Amino acid sequence: MATDKVKLGPNGKPLRPFVMPQSLAGKIRVWRYLWMRRVVQISVLILFFGSAHWEWNFHKQPIISGDLSSSTLLDTVPLADPFAVLQILASGHTVLSKVLIGSLIILSFYLIVGGRVWCSWVCPVNLISDLANRLRKTLQIKNAFQLSRKFRYSMLALSLVLSAISGVAAFEWISPIGIFHREVIFGLGGGWLILLGLFIFDSLVLKDGWCGHLCPLGAFYAVVGKVSLLRIAFNTPTCTHCVECVKVCPEPQVLNLKRASEKGYISSGECTNCGRCITVCPEHTLKFDLQLWIKRAAAAPGAGSQQNSRKIDDTDHRRKAA
Amino acid sequence: MPFALRPPGALAEDDFSAKCIKCGQCVTACPYDTLRLADTSDPIPLGTPYFTPRDIPCYMCPDIPCMVACPTGALSPELKHIEDSKMGLAVIDIENCLSWQGLRCEICHRDCPVQDSAISVEHRQRKLSKHAMFRPIVHSEYCTGCGICEKACPTDEAAIKIVYPPLVQGSIGKHYRLGWKQQRSVTEHFQPQQLSNKPAKAEQSGLDYLNSGDL
Repeated sequence: MATDKVKLGPNGKPLRPFVMPQSLAGKIRVWRYLWMRRVVQISVLILFFGSAHWEWNFHKQPIISGDLSSSTLLDTVPLADPFAVLQILASGHTVLSKVLIGSLIILSFYLIVGGRVWCSWVCPVNLISDLANRLRKTLQIKNAFQLSRKFRYSMLALSLVLSAISGVAAFEWISPIGIFHREVIFGLGGGWLILLGLFIFDSLVLKDGWCGHLCPLGAFYAVVGKVSLLRIAFNTPTCTHCVECVKVCPEPQVLNLKRASEKGYISSGECTNCGRCITVCPEHTLKFDLQLWIKRAAAAPGAGSQQNSRKIDDTDHRRKAA
Repeated sequence: MPFALRPPGALAEDDFSAKCIKCGQCVTACPYDTLRLADTSDPIPLGTPYFTPRDIPCYMCPDIPCMVACPTGALSPELKHIEDSKMGLAVIDIENCLSWQGLRCEICHRDCPVQDSAISVEHRQRKLSKHAMFRPIVHSEYCTGCGICEKACPTDEAAIKIVYPPLVQGSIGKHYRLGWKQQRSVTEHFQPQQLSNKPAKAEQSGLDYLNSGDL
């Protein structure tokens, strides 16, 4: 027994690596947010496609017509991409109230569930990005260069400035997100090449190159996410700093454990609420929670220990599986 | 010059491509599957709607569902009647038009949804040995650019095509006055006051003052 080699976390507990369960049920459980995200991403596209091509309807109203830039739910509720609308407004054009209301509905939705929930749960480009990361992992590809993750905010500003100068919604002209859903929903053909280029860039040049560094829409939702409600709560006493969460996180800079410990949750708006960290954490330090409740719990004395006790059974179960 | 034929109600090209959010709701709203979104290979802004009349023209639905579906107003709701839309302008290639060669065709005229206003047929007599010509003529004031004529044209390549109006339309200039066409007289500024041999109209009618006994 090499007990002397066991590292201890700052809370005095030994570091335990994350071990993938052998059983299928265990794997499904670990991957629960992954497959839930895939189901949501693909269902959204299928709903759009079905409404456009198979006349899917509910009480004779098309379920959802349009695409992710702007759509109408059941022929009544307008929905719109707030960033696209912002660009049109920046270009000096007015829009109808329909699309303004739609963008406010979508904005409110992401203010509740987390800004970049768009990125990991809805945006179809996430499929490409995740696939590229899979390829990177398998082939051990290294980054060709480094780029600050803050660069996306420059892209966000650039999109708005260019919209104002050119008089057209600048990012919407080239958005691979728009290209992806138009390809899927309306089947144009030529856009797949651009998406292939994006896949090659993400897999061979820069890890999470598009989603994590360049995408101005991601940056927009990161700003929204700063104040959004649903967050990843961080339970400090249980964390051993094993950094299993950081290893799986597509935006690892958000897992600043010191700041998370101070705040009680992952405070960066760049967190996509993808849930990867939650399922790999051997100590169950991380979980989804509402920002308000986390703050209230932090204010109330002794609230932290209650959170821990609830997890004990689960942890033992995981230990057996390992 | 590349141009796109936009759905009815589309704003001027610059404003249209700025306001269009590229959602394709007009495409799904169209009951005839007329509209397409521009692909990367098309020379017009990516993802914006257009139509190709020779494939599927605009059938000019009176309720204009594409315009109603537009969330941003790129297809302006100010278009109340589909007959007022200006999607493009039909232009006849008179060198290939069957009717202009002296054959009987006039299919464009018969299929035109704004028949006799947008396309009229000019009847022209010829020599005794030849029958008269029936030449279709487009009137830009009424042509909506729906493209039904282009779709219907029986020549190999349509001899009537919808184009972006500025490509073919001239402008006569303000200094020309076609007196015979205008409602108001073109010479109103230098019109003679009254012809002198015509007596000025009396205040009273003749019957009254001749019988009043004043003379």
